[in-house]
Amino acid sequence: MFDKKGRATSNLKKKKERRQFLRTMALMSGVVGAALLGYIPVVKGWVKRLRPPGALIEHKFLASCIKCGQCVQVCPVEAIKLTDMVDGYGIGTPHIEARNQACDFSCDGLQCVLACPTGALTHEVDYSHQVDIGVAKVVRPGACLAVQGKGFKGKARGAGFDGVLRYEEIDRWKAIPVADHPYDLELCDLCVRQCPIEIRANQCDAGKPPSGDKNQCPPRRAIRLVEISDENGVKKMKPEILDGCVGCGVCEMICPVDPAVIVVESNENRTGKRV
Amino acid sequence: MKLKDSLSELLGNPPRRIPKNEVPVEVFELHGKKKNDKERIAAIHAELAELKEKKPPKVWRRRRWATLIFVNLLFVISYYFDVQLVEGALTASRVVGFHMADLNSALQVMLAFKHVVINLVIGTTTVFIFWWLLGGRTFCSWVCPYHLVAEWAEMLHEKLAAKGIVKDHPFDRRARTWFWVIFAVLAFVTGYTVFEFISPTGILSRALIYGPGLALLWVALLLLFEIFYSRRAWCRYACPIGLTYGFVGAVSPLKVEYHLESCFHEGECRKVCLVPHVLNTVIKGRAQGMHVELGADCTRCGRCVETCPTGSLTYKFKGLGDLL
Repeated sequence: MFDKKGRATSNLKKKKERRQFLRTMALMSGVVGAALLGYIPVVKGWVKRLRPPGALIEHKFLASCIKCGQCVQVCPVEAIKLTDMVDGYGIGTPHIEARNQACDFSCDGLQCVLACPTGALTHEVDYSHQVDIGVAKVVRPGACLAVQGKGFKGKARGAGFDGVLRYEEIDRWKAIPVADHPYDLELCDLCVRQCPIEIRANQCDAGKPPSGDKNQCPPRRAIRLVEISDENGVKKMKPEILDGCVGCGVCEMICPVDPAVIVVESNENRTGKRV
Repeated sequence: MKLKDSLSELLGNPPRRIPKNEVPVEVFELHGKKKNDKERIAAIHAELAELKEKKPPKVWRRRRWATLIFVNLLFVISYYFDVQLVEGALTASRVVGFHMADLNSALQVMLAFKHVVINLVIGTTTVFIFWWLLGGRTFCSWVCPYHLVAEWAEMLHEKLAAKGIVKDHPFDRRARTWFWVIFAVLAFVTGYTVFEFISPTGILSRALIYGPGLALLWVALLLLFEIFYSRRAWCRYACPIGLTYGFVGAVSPLKVEYHLESCFHEGECRKVCLVPHVLNTVIKGRAQGMHVELGADCTRCGRCVETCPTGSLTYKFKGLGDLL
């Protein structure tokens, strides 16, 4: 095109194309840049989450989780929640906030593991004692009622608490609100008394393993109370975490002291040891 | 349409102009005949004017929106009432116990994790066959929740554009191919499912089922961008999910088909289309046959089908005749 009009149009077209090209580059850097922002919380380790039973070592877990929430849906005690955008690439992944609702293994068969479609919760874990969510730590021993030699009477977490727990003596199949199950204890031993691993170990010692299945018997104990003094008939005891602890968080949930004496720390190595 | 052309167009290249010697004689003759059919052209113009007044019922849109809402509600209802019909979210689910996995999410996981468990293989294969049968990008317009809100944003954009308040700024369509490659590489290299962080499809699906979160702000941002700056930008130029399903649907039996004989090149279809390049064939002189199947990028949404004043665009399921 050599005529005036023709040249003008082709210049305009070129200008338009150039603008579109720049615009497209800006769009691409904008979207990719936004996507890369998700790296920050992960690399900086800002969020340490308790993952559901069977979760792979953290970086493998984030890679393999397809963010569908099927584990959330099968959990009978609704212990599993999905994370939000603040977790970066952990967005939409499952986690447990033990203080609000711990995993009490009342599903017996690790339903979340069975539900996982990608193996982010590995099927190599079959029983509660093989789980490795984290490990409980006694973080405020001075506040512990047992350490002070005190008992506990009433609702473990108050009337307003909506967390649930399975009490086998009440209902073998269904968890009930902790608020519906008041206690009257001479010396507070809630963390030991309600520990799912301890409950199973005691059943096994009594010759009655859960569901009559000896495989369900934990090989190691998880928590016990150790006597620290005995003055004038007032026993003082201190909770001690043993190597059978799987980090389910029931002790943290049930602890009547606020904030809790025992807190579960996430174990980011988790089943990575095994797989 | 030839598969090669269809894929090239899907990847963002401009539609290929058909050289004159490739155009069948009957097509050539038909164009000549149409030009002289003044009566018919006048009738269509009158009909168009009337349609604009009356606004005919959008039959396919109604069906499509109903399907889209129904599918997404199934997830919500299934969880809420614990009936276990459809467990999970759009990224992966179990439909009455049977595994399904979104192809793009599954791809991200496979690339990041570098290990595939059998359940995921079952899930992706099922979904692959399902969407191959139903047209690939059919997922976009009939299931994706972002598509629905983006359609509402588009309506707003169109209204504002008609008043001259906003203007559409198109991007290069090849951007989507680049995004697909970049996110695949990022997943492989970083070991994280990077795209899931910004995928409005996953974010919306989870928000519906498990409750809203901060991530919805990102979706809102995308919608604002589409309303005020660029019409349907995410679906058109960015979303790698669309490209993944585009590949799946490239050889699908379900297509929208264009019939040259009745078409009078009014261009109404191209105005409503999310991916107007697939309708390039309706431009006068571009058709390479009497009946042309639209390319892989077509989302089978049916907007062109219900908009065409002469019924020249129809759904077609190969082997089932004119069932639709």
